Amino acid sequence: MTSKTFSQGVYLPHYKKFSEDKSITVISLPEEVVIPLHQHTGAPCHAVVKVGDTVKTGQKIGESAAFVSAFIHASANGTVKAIEPRPYFNGLLVESVVISVNPEQEEPRWNEKDVTELSRDEIKAAIKEAGIVGMGGAAFPTHVKLSPPKPIDAIIINGCECEPFLTCDHRMMVEMTDSLVEGAKLIARAVEAPHIIFGVEANKPDAIQAIGAKIAGDSNIEIAVLDVKYPQGSEKQLIKAAMNLEVPPGKLPFDVGVIVNNVATAIAVYEACRYQKPLYERVLTFSGDGAAKPGNVKVRIGTPISHVIDQCGGLPSQVGKVVLGGPMTGWAQSRLDVPVVKGTSGILIFTSSMVDDYGHMDCVRCGKCVEHCPMYLYPNYIGVYAETRRYPMAVEWGAMDCFECGICVYVCPSNRPIVQFVRDTKKHVAARSSK
Amino acid sequence: METRLVVSSSPHLKTPESIQSVMTDVLLALFPAAIAGVVFFGWMGLLTMVLCMVSAMVTEAVILRQKNIFGDGSAAVTGLLLAMTLPPAPPWWLTVIGGVVAIVIGKQVFGGIGNNIFNPALVARAILMVSWAGHMTGWLSPVDLVSTATPLPLAARGVSTSFLSLFIGTVPGCIGETSAFALLLGAAWLFYKGHICWRIPGGYIGVVFLMGMFFGGMGSLATMVSVGLFHVLAGGVMLGALYMATDWVSSPVTPRGKLIFGIGCGIITMLVRLYGMYPEGVTFAILLMNAVTPLIDRATLPRKFGEVTK
Repeated sequence: MTSKTFSQGVYLPHYKKFSEDKSITVISLPEEVVIPLHQHTGAPCHAVVKVGDTVKTGQKIGESAAFVSAFIHASANGTVKAIEPRPYFNGLLVESVVISVNPEQEEPRWNEKDVTELSRDEIKAAIKEAGIVGMGGAAFPTHVKLSPPKPIDAIIINGCECEPFLTCDHRMMVEMTDSLVEGAKLIARAVEAPHIIFGVEANKPDAIQAIGAKIAGDSNIEIAVLDVKYPQGSEKQLIKAAMNLEVPPGKLPFDVGVIVNNVATAIAVYEACRYQKPLYERVLTFSGDGAAKPGNVKVRIGTPISHVIDQCGGLPSQVGKVVLGGPMTGWAQSRLDVPVVKGTSGILIFTSSMVDDYGHMDCVRCGKCVEHCPMYLYPNYIGVYAETRRYPMAVEWGAMDCFECGICVYVCPSNRPIVQFVRDTKKHVAARSSK
Repeated sequence: METRLVVSSSPHLKTPESIQSVMTDVLLALFPAAIAGVVFFGWMGLLTMVLCMVSAMVTEAVILRQKNIFGDGSAAVTGLLLAMTLPPAPPWWLTVIGGVVAIVIGKQVFGGIGNNIFNPALVARAILMVSWAGHMTGWLSPVDLVSTATPLPLAARGVSTSFLSLFIGTVPGCIGETSAFALLLGAAWLFYKGHICWRIPGGYIGVVFLMGMFFGGMGSLATMVSVGLFHVLAGGVMLGALYMATDWVSSPVTPRGKLIFGIGCGIITMLVRLYGMYPEGVTFAILLMNAVTPLIDRATLPRKFGEVTK
């Protein structure tokens, strides 16, 4: 089978063996869940419950009148213990609803609905009500994404999962194929897109087979088998690989008539339309060279990562880093009481042998970052200029077009933290423009 | 027990590659040519290479106040490259001065590794050449080590050298430049490791061949091809194109820029050889092109992803 791809990028070690064959299991409820009211791109929600209120699984606890926002729901039956700022995975404090979980839980009951009858507005309303966001990591509200100002030719369902270690999308494609394909159809219907393309990397043959069997005979749905190359799952690179279209700098996929949604998002859309089930739990990968029991686990939103780690065998003695998300774009944590949120695709435990803790050297202009940059930028120059605080020059060499995939740092023999330099530049530019 | 976790910006994966590992790869790549130098020019060749490396490494260690004399390995590479461009039996003090000059004037005055504008080894060679021209042209024939001239001036006087000797390296010349075979072998390793790409050496060697062919004296096609080939194999083109012009720090990073850089080196080399006062022009060609590297980079900015070319 020939596999499509984009140019440049890099072949990373996969590290998927730890968890790719492990079926999804459910993590028990913790004693308390901490649910941040701002888990998405856009306006934060405000709490619609008070301290002392009893809440039920799936009950709405946070909302916002802003269009670009996503509702927040309780992930367990319990009592609201506090509404206060709590640590978030990015190191900041975020206003959160703390729920002390009842020891007695009942299974939430759903009324099944026939989804074939739903209109496009009903689908979008269901998505908005369920608080669905992009679950690949960016956490952009899905109902906003599905309200493009232009007609859409195709929906791409992103099943690349190009980050090493992560396998949760892979497992969902294999174990929840029905919901996935139905969800994709609902998304396509919501934007009246005539085509659906499933983009899957070639290292997931069982997922390709499962989806292929499900879509056989439907001429509007196809599956694009993609090269196992990082960052294949990045929207722009995925659109290039699957449809040979390039999204211009500063533009979004809808500008070329495409919308990309992650596998987990499509499944959440199906569950929201079929059962009116809000997004209060998600599947994530627990892995890393220091993970005692790697696997793919379904976790309630708001579960502290320490609880997940305990349920999966605890931390090793030689722990170096705990990363939320994938190893290339994820966030290293300084404390373990941060909660799992809608965008958390993985919890990775690295031993100190995988942690690179020494400083960086000057750029030697080897050009390896240039050779591999998927946006055709010049990370070497961006890094040198940002390091010396010449931000306009860093912008000239492409800092604002960088989506921080991390390849430049990965290949750099001088160990330069170029992604950090890019973030510096972006912050500086943002501060300048808001003045 | 409190767990201490490392926090840093993403990504959290990294290739094991470091400056030191890359420099070790370059030293490995130079090994065949160094062996050839010892085989053809004897113990003086070996002594010169060792002395030059030690001189460069000690100078760097002193300036950087580092205890580990090998450091990141770049001084060793500079020292070895410089030694390879010296004649087979230079006086010991010339070699030592060369190593010091390469590190101090070629590299550290600009701010150390990554910041030098010119190739440090070639800076030192140029300075030695204009300061002690006599010592820098003391050519010896290989193995029997008697005074002789190198193939390039010999060719100007109508004396030809066989291609086999040029390829194997059994001709007079600098310690590390004579064996095209050994240099290609090492370069193959650098290609394999992804440290150099074809553009600079390809542009350089291609232009030397074509200019040798068309401006080296017209004749039958076979004669013209053989003149072109002679210019590629004789003198320092192989060493320069594969190891000096490809120096990361002093050459462009853009793909088109690399090609232009290589072509420029080739043109200047051939202008010096065919019309200049010196028999050889590799050193000055690469140094001149080093000087315009930032200009080339800026002029050859390719399009960003998604940008429409006008």
